[in-house]
Amino acid sequence: MSIRAEIKYKIMKDYGAPALMALQEFKRRKPRPIPEAFGPPLESNKRLKEILSRHYFLSRYVPGVKKVAWVTSGAPVELLRAFDFYTIYPENHSALIGAKKQGADYCGIAEGSGFSQDLCSYARIDLGHMLSGKTPAGKLPKPDLLFCSNNICQTVLYWYKAIAHELDIPLIHFDAPFVTTEQTEADITYMAQQLQDMIPILERVSQRVFYLDVFEDILKCSMETSQTWGAILDAMKAQPAPMTIFDAFGHLAPIVSLRGFPVAQDYYHILMEEVETRVTQGIGAISDERYRLIWDNIAIWYKVRFLATFFAERKMNFVTATYTNAWAETTGYLDVKDPWTSMAKTYGQIILNNNLKHRLELMKKMIKTYAVDGMVMHSTRSCKPYSVGQFDLRKALTADLDLPAVILDADIADERVWSEQQIHTRLEAFCETLEGSRNA
Amino acid sequence: MPDLYFAGVDVGSLSTDVSIIDQSGKVMSEIVIPTGVNGSEAAENAFDSALKLANLERESITAITATGYGRASVTFATGKTTEISCHGVGAHQLFPKTGTVIDIGGQDSKVIQIDSQGRMLDFTMNDKCAAGTGRFLEVMANRLELDLSELSSPLNIEGESAPISSTCTVFAESEVISLLAKHTPREHIVHGLQRSIVNRIWSMVASIGIKGDVTLTGGVALNRGLVALLEEKMGLTLNIPENPQTVGSLGAAHIASRAYINQTGTSRVKGVK
Repeated sequence: MSIRAEIKYKIMKDYGAPALMALQEFKRRKPRPIPEAFGPPLESNKRLKEILSRHYFLSRYVPGVKKVAWVTSGAPVELLRAFDFYTIYPENHSALIGAKKQGADYCGIAEGSGFSQDLCSYARIDLGHMLSGKTPAGKLPKPDLLFCSNNICQTVLYWYKAIAHELDIPLIHFDAPFVTTEQTEADITYMAQQLQDMIPILERVSQRVFYLDVFEDILKCSMETSQTWGAILDAMKAQPAPMTIFDAFGHLAPIVSLRGFPVAQDYYHILMEEVETRVTQGIGAISDERYRLIWDNIAIWYKVRFLATFFAERKMNFVTATYTNAWAETTGYLDVKDPWTSMAKTYGQIILNNNLKHRLELMKKMIKTYAVDGMVMHSTRSCKPYSVGQFDLRKALTADLDLPAVILDADIADERVWSEQQIHTRLEAFCETLEGSRNA
Repeated sequence: MPDLYFAGVDVGSLSTDVSIIDQSGKVMSEIVIPTGVNGSEAAENAFDSALKLANLERESITAITATGYGRASVTFATGKTTEISCHGVGAHQLFPKTGTVIDIGGQDSKVIQIDSQGRMLDFTMNDKCAAGTGRFLEVMANRLELDLSELSSPLNIEGESAPISSTCTVFAESEVISLLAKHTPREHIVHGLQRSIVNRIWSMVASIGIKGDVTLTGGVALNRGLVALLEEKMGLTLNIPENPQTVGSLGAAHIASRAYINQTGTSRVKGVK
């Protein structure tokens, strides 16, 4: 650790970041007009932007002060927090680039280096970033450690291996056996043991000592944050729903990438309070909510605004999604008294590491409890574990629940995977079915 | 009560079709012209020709529904509906027992499930690639130096048809090129192409399921060879409309008439509840 770097980091944290926030606020003084179809925007958006900008801004000053880890969205990050790693989430960064409609540029860089176009666009964007140093976030620190888990897909392992090879840094892989029927004792023991085996490696890389009580506090914070996130999603059962799932896609960022920090915990209390107030006052995210929809799969980051407007104009609101629910679904298993086993249960059973029957039952429950009228499934080129099985799920759900549904072929972050006319026709036909089913 | 007339204008990627019906649902005229580069011009021209054929003036048309990819460019329309709903209604009008509609259009193909009133219950469409569509056949006809109609005869070939993939038009075209280079007989290639489309359609049908009678719409329904293969694959006889290209515009005209009836409360139109 260099003292100069540490002083610089401290100054940036205490003065640089607040100055940047003030500058951003000044730039934002002319807000974009809100289309009539929408209700008043969430006040919490401002705080969310602050937190995320600050996180990316400070990351520039981290080298020499803290060790940097690149982490996958489903990895048990709480363990890393106990060693004070500065964590960067490449998936979150790739989504950011996707939302800025720059995904194809970064993908192109990776493809130019020989990575296949069939590879996940989050991976291609991240590799494109690594190979070129380009990022809309200014500058990202190089990692000292890579931490991934195959509980979201197998791709992450090979993607992180490519980075580990290129940068010659250590990679820790948390292996989560797929839950084909239900999690076995052997699976849990295997995962719990892996977590404990990581401690000496993490101590070596971070040059810090592991304290169980520090770790327990982090776990408690993480657990409480996830529960608040779950309560926020629950509040969307209200009619009209206080926010749309497109809002939730944005508000998801802290639970994914800042989980285990008080800043995320505090943020969700603010959001929760706002959402509860809206429910009490009957304020909806869209001005006139006539139909309630469920979204399946990751967001189409480059078309969030388009989709939000398209549906709001037709008085349709997405009130729930399997994607946003993933960071609330299994946190009930967390237990500070039994950290290792409970983390194995939490991280081993998340939706993408669980069987289709589980997903079907989960979706059925969501459709009922959120009073859902129709379903939009995003079949994404990038995410095979999420997209395989959607046709069967659709068949089962439309048959059992008489639910109109549509599947959109698109991608999470590569904006080249989009056929405007075809998507438009599909969406309009879906709306005609939905309206027809109510008029019938 | 004076006669009421309704029109449907279907601006597709290959052809623009217009149907004019009267209040009883009787077809007054039908027109199919190539869309070309200007969809709104094609719509104007086709509409004028259809009016002329039916011996009607523009003013005598009560309501006009536009459909197809170019529906937004039909400035004179009074309403817009997707071609998916229109094919459902059109097929229902022609074959009331229809429960499933397979529409193989120029740019995409769809399988639509409808209820006893012709209302859409569910549908599926091909993804971005043009494999399994009319465009696919057009590209291949060009490559084989055959007229589109020559691609449509039912073929009784000896032995296996040439294997052609059903996933991508561009790859399929290069497969055709290499088959030609190997002097594969053209009828084997044509048979392979028909089979390729049938396989593609079949996977969509299987994903959504078959319900009631099955009606085939869209220009590709004129391809007798393909129809024979599809019937063989599905193990049933398909309803083939006399003018499969105008089923969408016919449905659109009926939707215009239904909307008018709903609005005004008139129920003089036969078959409309």
